[in-house]
Amino acid sequence: MFGLNKKDTSLFFLVLLLVVLAPFLLNPFPEGSELAQFNAGYPDLMQRFLIFGIFAIGFNILFGLTGYLSFGHAAFLGVGSYAGVWMMKLLTMNVIPAIFMSVVFAGLFSLLVGYISLRRSGIYFSILTLAFAQMSFSLAYSVLTPITNGETGLQLALDDPRILGVSSENGAIPAANFFGIPMRESFELSMGGWLFTFNAGYYLCAVVMMIAFYVAIRIFRSPFGMMLRAVKSNQQRMNFTGLNSRPYTLAAFVISGMYAGLAGGLMVAMDPLAGAERMQWTASGEVVLMTILGGAGTLIGPVLGAGFIKYCENIFSKINDNILYDWFAALPQGLADFLVFVIHPFIGKGWHLTLGIMFMLIVIFLPGGIMEGVERIGRLFKRKSSKDENSTARPKAAPAE
Amino acid sequence: MSLIRKPLNRRSILRAGALGGSALAMPTIFTSRAWSAGYLNEPTGATVTLGFNVPQTGPYADEGADELRAYQLAVEHLNGEGDGGMLNTFSSKALKGNGILGKKVEYVTGDTQTKSDAARASAKSMIEKDGAIMITGGSSSGVAVAVQALCQEAGVIFMAGLTHSNDTTGKDKKANGFRHFFNSYMSGAALAPVLKNAYGDDRKAYHLTADYNWGYTTEQAVRESTESLGWETVETVKTPLAATDFSAYITPVLQSDADVLVLNHYGGNMVNSLTNAVQFGLRDKQVNGKNFEIIVPLYSRLMAKGAGENVKGIFGSTNWHWSLQDEGSKAFVQSFGQKYGFPPSQAAHTTYVQALLYADACERAGTFNPCGVVEALEGFEFDGLGNGKTLYRAEDHQCFKDVLVVKGKENPSSAFDLLEIVEVTPAAQVTYPPDHPQFAGGALGTCNPGA
Amino acid sequence: MDAILLQILNGLDKGSAYALIALGLTLIFGTLGVVNFAHGALFMIGAFCAVTLSRLLSLSFVTIDETQKDFLGNPLKVETPYVEAWFGPETGAAIIDWSVPLAILFSIPIMALVGLLMERGLIKYFYKRPHADQILVTFGLAIVLQEIIKYFFGANPIPTPAPDVFAGSLDFGAMLGMDPNIIIYPYWRIVYFLFAAVIIGAVFAFLQFTTFGMVVRAGMADRSTVGLLGINIDKRFTVMFALAAVVAGLAGVMYAPINSPNYHMGMDFLVLSFVVVVVGGMGSLPGAVLAGFLLGILESFASMAQVVALLPGINQIIIYLVAIVILLTRPRGLMGRKGVMES
Repeated sequence: MFGLNKKDTSLFFLVLLLVVLAPFLLNPFPEGSELAQFNAGYPDLMQRFLIFGIFAIGFNILFGLTGYLSFGHAAFLGVGSYAGVWMMKLLTMNVIPAIFMSVVFAGLFSLLVGYISLRRSGIYFSILTLAFAQMSFSLAYSVLTPITNGETGLQLALDDPRILGVSSENGAIPAANFFGIPMRESFELSMGGWLFTFNAGYYLCAVVMMIAFYVAIRIFRSPFGMMLRAVKSNQQRMNFTGLNSRPYTLAAFVISGMYAGLAGGLMVAMDPLAGAERMQWTASGEVVLMTILGGAGTLIGPVLGAGFIKYCENIFSKINDNILYDWFAALPQGLADFLVFVIHPFIGKGWHLTLGIMFMLIVIFLPGGIMEGVERIGRLFKRKSSKDENSTARPKAAPAE
Repeated sequence: MSLIRKPLNRRSILRAGALGGSALAMPTIFTSRAWSAGYLNEPTGATVTLGFNVPQTGPYADEGADELRAYQLAVEHLNGEGDGGMLNTFSSKALKGNGILGKKVEYVTGDTQTKSDAARASAKSMIEKDGAIMITGGSSSGVAVAVQALCQEAGVIFMAGLTHSNDTTGKDKKANGFRHFFNSYMSGAALAPVLKNAYGDDRKAYHLTADYNWGYTTEQAVRESTESLGWETVETVKTPLAATDFSAYITPVLQSDADVLVLNHYGGNMVNSLTNAVQFGLRDKQVNGKNFEIIVPLYSRLMAKGAGENVKGIFGSTNWHWSLQDEGSKAFVQSFGQKYGFPPSQAAHTTYVQALLYADACERAGTFNPCGVVEALEGFEFDGLGNGKTLYRAEDHQCFKDVLVVKGKENPSSAFDLLEIVEVTPAAQVTYPPDHPQFAGGALGTCNPGA
Repeated sequence: MDAILLQILNGLDKGSAYALIALGLTLIFGTLGVVNFAHGALFMIGAFCAVTLSRLLSLSFVTIDETQKDFLGNPLKVETPYVEAWFGPETGAAIIDWSVPLAILFSIPIMALVGLLMERGLIKYFYKRPHADQILVTFGLAIVLQEIIKYFFGANPIPTPAPDVFAGSLDFGAMLGMDPNIIIYPYWRIVYFLFAAVIIGAVFAFLQFTTFGMVVRAGMADRSTVGLLGINIDKRFTVMFALAAVVAGLAGVMYAPINSPNYHMGMDFLVLSFVVVVVGGMGSLPGAVLAGFLLGILESFASMAQVVALLPGINQIIIYLVAIVILLTRPRGLMGRKGVMES
């Protein structure tokens, strides 16, 4: 269906189902219960899951297929964000031109960076991309303040021109919208003790994400994708056969840069602000971690990795001692104190610690990332080995020297 | 306009519903269009939720932790627990110690990471998931401006924490945002006369400035106010935010004919640049027959601690200090010290006061509606919160109050006793017209209740 | 002229910090082939060894002084360090004053142990895993180490001064017959430079002139052949890892008086040290040292006001710009060997 084989079609529809039903799936606990703390079904986080999912899918097209580890992909996301906000400042609050220009600018910038960086491979390539991204970040933070508004981040203002729209509406900045549907618009469904939020912005992200996912599947299964895998397994041999691999890797680099720009554009569409720290090396490192954590080279792994990291960041950082005492209210005071004392270092300001420990545990016990965990569970149920999945799921161990 | 709107405080109503045993068999659908009255996150249950958004990771984590302590203390006092702290000295007597408008105060916490993106994500989750009616906190101007803009769009009140850049209530001011903390202009205006007294009016200043927004406004403010007193600015050099070793920026100072070094740095930057400057013997130097001097326009006691011995004798300004002897400050230090065992920082003070001011405004307005709160805070004059008589100016939502000029103490008696107050500059001296060039551009817009 | 001389001194000083960190990193990264994102954390732990020792030496007993009041109006608690009580106030104060140099001795066993535990407990299992996995696990480890330090020491920088003897500055200008007080340089920074030179020299001598070093170098060049010769190369690599940890730790200890240590100082140096190692060339120890000094000096020059006036923002990006130029003109960095980490 749609040019996908049977297996991919079912994967596509599975993901589609998960994305459409996410507002239900992510809010499994009733509102009043103490476990509601773990609900992730509110618009901002759901949007973030999809946006970083797109970012990671794009990164995986480069890293998962060609093995080129870029340490500067956040720069493309940042450039995309700035382009998006400028479109909203200058042209219109409709998100489509903003998203479109984000992709275009990120694509152009990645063409430049890729053209230069791809002259080297291995660690030298990684450091070149890192250097470009760090330069973009430093300049955006300081010297380019007139364009990027520096530390504060580029924002909309009441006196922006917005040629095709209005500068202000009743003394307020008009809301970002998709042909009149504001991105913040939500409706809520209350069933029993549960409350589910359906947000317009989220569903726009969902449509974009499904398209991005579909394109990624097609790339993975295309002759072009085969070529990229060949680059990964042995570039030298490829060159000996008379093939110039550079155009292929450059194309993969630009495509993944455009995915990053798309993610940046969507971020702006959901929340019109672009900050320079989006381009910092830590942000580039984050997408690397998302991809490896989920399973590099798999279709859906990077999305899971993105979801995992964003969930930790947004949920664990908000738990505080008060909430812990609420949970343990039924226990005797001494026991509750003890439990709070034990859990305290891992929550609130300690959420980094939890994240670090999870990284280590996953990579130690699941060499193929979260996807390997999913597979292992899957294998428990059906002892059927599927060759095709295995070959893509596990990145080939690259020799150290 | 139609922004996201939650008709009810979902947590409280659903909790109440569940308790009543009335399991709603029929799904109920709320759409935002169908609900035209009221305002975002209107508290309808017995509680009201405030969002405390502070840095819990990253370089300002300790400052954030102190802010959080102050908020917890404020919540206790608002709910009538503890000794009441500054509620007893506050000139407005609207607060009764029974929560706000009779509703018990609850709170949620989040981590800004001192990054605009993360701070906005955290604030959004408080608004969307937890139904917070007000967001407060933060330890940098970038975050304050970003979250303030978000609160304006969403339709809740933002009570800024520690943010010193002119822009927060200058070109980036918003109708829903309020700042109690002082700003760069006030630092410059308060410092200049003291510096003139101490060092004379014939000085040559060399500025090292952190290369971001707050650095720019502070440099401008200090430069303009010292120049108006006769000082000359020899050179201004911008230093990267990421710099940890400032030796390459300090050595040129040795060779210039400047006799004063102004460090427009905050936090880790300030600790390192000051330490480096002292290492290079700048303070033992004689230039133009005068002792070389160093100035740090914005002091923070928590950060000064990191610079150790090096702060001794160095002038700067601060919003508040625990050694103040007015009734409000004494009451606050007493109840904070009793609870935590050490005196509060200026970040703790400003956030505590902001929480009280918000609660008081709700009481006086008789509603949590952001537009009512804005009206109650605009032009509000109060006293007894540690800074003397204070005005929340209607034109830009900035507090006007006395500013402290402080100096690193030569003989500290304890680990907290790092700064001594040199002068309390009266509010009139640091007041500026709303259209002052350093604050030009931007507009408040209209208040947004999110409905 | 003075300005240039001073910036060269700054560059040497900064470069010696970069070189020391890069030296340890290149032992692990360039030779064992492990992408160690926890290397910055080792540097940070070294600095906190100095902090810990100065805390330990300042451990105090409390006496209550009724004549003075604390901020709450209670009687003031006066703390007297035990060392001052035991050795008399003067010797005691001197011991506390010298805590940073003493921390060098204190930190060597600790860092060696940390390195040993890291290699045996974790890294050992990752030699044959893809670099991506190494990045993930060492990054996780770095976060955990960082958070542990933050839990005990807080997030703010902690002042850790050098002994008073080193407080002043050396007047180079006067020594060279120029005007005094123009070209001066702090004693401690000179000590840092000399210290770095000694450590770098010692590591080179160790690898060059001992049998152990010879075997390790052979192992770096061709691990399997050395293994076939019946030599237990794994054990030697463990020792190398511990050595690298000690070098990083010592760099941290000595750096503590220059900038007050905080828990994220390792991350601040991490990216930079990777750039230094790669610019120097993978697998080359002299390359790492050379690149460290080169980037340090260039960074110092780029921060001169005259240069910045000409090229705004150059001080922010100089290191990365130089890295790009070098990697484009020399495919394997300054002195890199063929085939290391290119797959």
